[in-house]
Amino acid sequence: MAETENRNNQASPRGTRLEGNAWKFGDDIDTDVIIPARYLVTSDAAELGKHCMEDADPAFVSKISEGDFIVGGENFGCGSSREHAPLAVKGAKVSCIIAASFARIFFRNAINVGLPIFISPEASAKIQPGDRLSVDGVAGIITNLTRNETYAVAPFPPFLQELIATGGLAPYVKKRLAAQEQAVSA
Amino acid sequence: MPRTLPSAILAAHTADSAKEGDICSVRVDFAFANDITAPPAMRAFREMGARKVFDPARCAILPDHFTPNKDIAAAQQAKEARDFARETGMLYWEVGRVGVEHAFLPEQGLILPGDIVVGADSHTCSGGTLGAFATGMGSTDLAATWALGETWFLVPPTIRVDFEGTRAPWITGKDFILALLGRIGVQGARYAALEFGGGAVKDLPLDDRFTVANMAVEGGAKAGIFVPDETVLAYAKARGRRPFEAIYPDEGASYAQRIEIDAAALEPLVAAPSSPGNMRRAAELSGTKVDQVFLGSCTNGRLRDMELAAKLLKGRRVADSVRCIVIPASYEVFAECMKRGYLDIFIAAGAAVSTPTCGPCLGGHMGILAAGERCLATSNRNFVGRMGHPQSEVYLAGPLVAAATAVTGHITDPRELVSGDFWKTL
Repeated sequence: MAETENRNNQASPRGTRLEGNAWKFGDDIDTDVIIPARYLVTSDAAELGKHCMEDADPAFVSKISEGDFIVGGENFGCGSSREHAPLAVKGAKVSCIIAASFARIFFRNAINVGLPIFISPEASAKIQPGDRLSVDGVAGIITNLTRNETYAVAPFPPFLQELIATGGLAPYVKKRLAAQEQAVSA
Repeated sequence: MPRTLPSAILAAHTADSAKEGDICSVRVDFAFANDITAPPAMRAFREMGARKVFDPARCAILPDHFTPNKDIAAAQQAKEARDFARETGMLYWEVGRVGVEHAFLPEQGLILPGDIVVGADSHTCSGGTLGAFATGMGSTDLAATWALGETWFLVPPTIRVDFEGTRAPWITGKDFILALLGRIGVQGARYAALEFGGGAVKDLPLDDRFTVANMAVEGGAKAGIFVPDETVLAYAKARGRRPFEAIYPDEGASYAQRIEIDAAALEPLVAAPSSPGNMRRAAELSGTKVDQVFLGSCTNGRLRDMELAAKLLKGRRVADSVRCIVIPASYEVFAECMKRGYLDIFIAAGAAVSTPTCGPCLGGHMGILAAGERCLATSNRNFVGRMGHPQSEVYLAGPLVAAATAVTGHITDPRELVSGDFWKTL
């Protein structure tokens, strides 16, 4: 039953196994750092991705490889409500974010745009820059291949698990609207 | 079970039991986006297969961030947003008739006591001034609300904040909220809601309360709600576009934490770079030179803010080394400033006065900083790169500190600049 309980610890299609190197940031990484407002004249993920984390590390995008991980501290994604922030992370081809905690709007936005996020204070504290990581979203386990350690991921509430299982907010609303229409025509 | 104010508002909008920690689906009274957040919301709305918004009179798009359009890309976004508003029939106001969303919507009587309001902008929490559960969310969440008239919330724990004691005339709402953020930090209220009350609120002008609620999100809060009083009810009755019912906290409600701020002990405060929680006394920073002063934004661009700054700037000049940019947050504020002669005072002092826009607050336009430049702003965030180059710096303060700083060219406690008689004129 562990699989059923934990399968939706991730905000991504079920069963995806992610592997990459860790890029570490501190506490209170704000959305202005993730994607500065001067680039908000588009909401195209690939375009936004070119400037991801630019004000924290101007070379970030050129240094990372596709599939790498961002590892943050507490309150990751604080500040603005811009959905452009998780879109920029996706656009930069970062595979997921692991943090001790997320700011609430960023948390919702990441789930809504399908950027996998994992809450693990232990992983956030123990992972060092450059560590090789793999995440098994189904089991809810982060493995640090460099240090040979594993860290548990805090599970999402059942409602969010359901939402993610439906494929995210847009398909969920689509289903609701279709049901409403059916009820009206019946 | 006795409820806190945020929990009571949520409970009044749902059929669920809405216990603290529960996720519940709630009816939404008003839902809006701006020129930056509307385009992704529109795309999500179409992806959801939605064809009409739940109630066009309760949905809105406000062009305020990069407007009047700062460049071609911004113009394209603003046009997309405008076309969508027309297509769906939702509320929309054009440049020249709008304002910074969180100043404009309350003026229009569209955010009312007891409401649940969601906006695709984090400073939507400003609406808590009027006793509404008002909160920011992303574009996809907003699109879902436009389609369904509902959204989901986890019923948050509530932190009660009481402002007590008598405030000195040089203390404004900005000092209240900077003091709170200095105490709890930028994640002190993460996932929680703030409930504001206490004896010092009664004579705190409504515009100052907007400053306090506006920055609730800088503490990580989901909402920051004042318990409605006569001032709020009179404002809402005079302006309300629909009936409303104010909601109050229950006697004996249980709070996760209680914080008391002694308003009598406050001094003019500043948040130093690069966190709104990095609280300093203005006097401590005396001698810190600035290149720019910005008076405006959804935090401090209302009439009371303009009034305080104008009174201090009257008969004084902005320092030669300083660019002082004044942006009333709405046309109602702009027109009233003109009528009262404040705009004359700003211009005579050597300030640049602009049409309402969020503009420089988010580093959009109308006052971007170069590398190494320093700005004292009345806005809400001083993150790295917030107002321009990542090597520029932003200090946050209220309108009196801003005006005094514009005159001297360095961060200044307003008491250093004016005589004792001045304070009787406020």
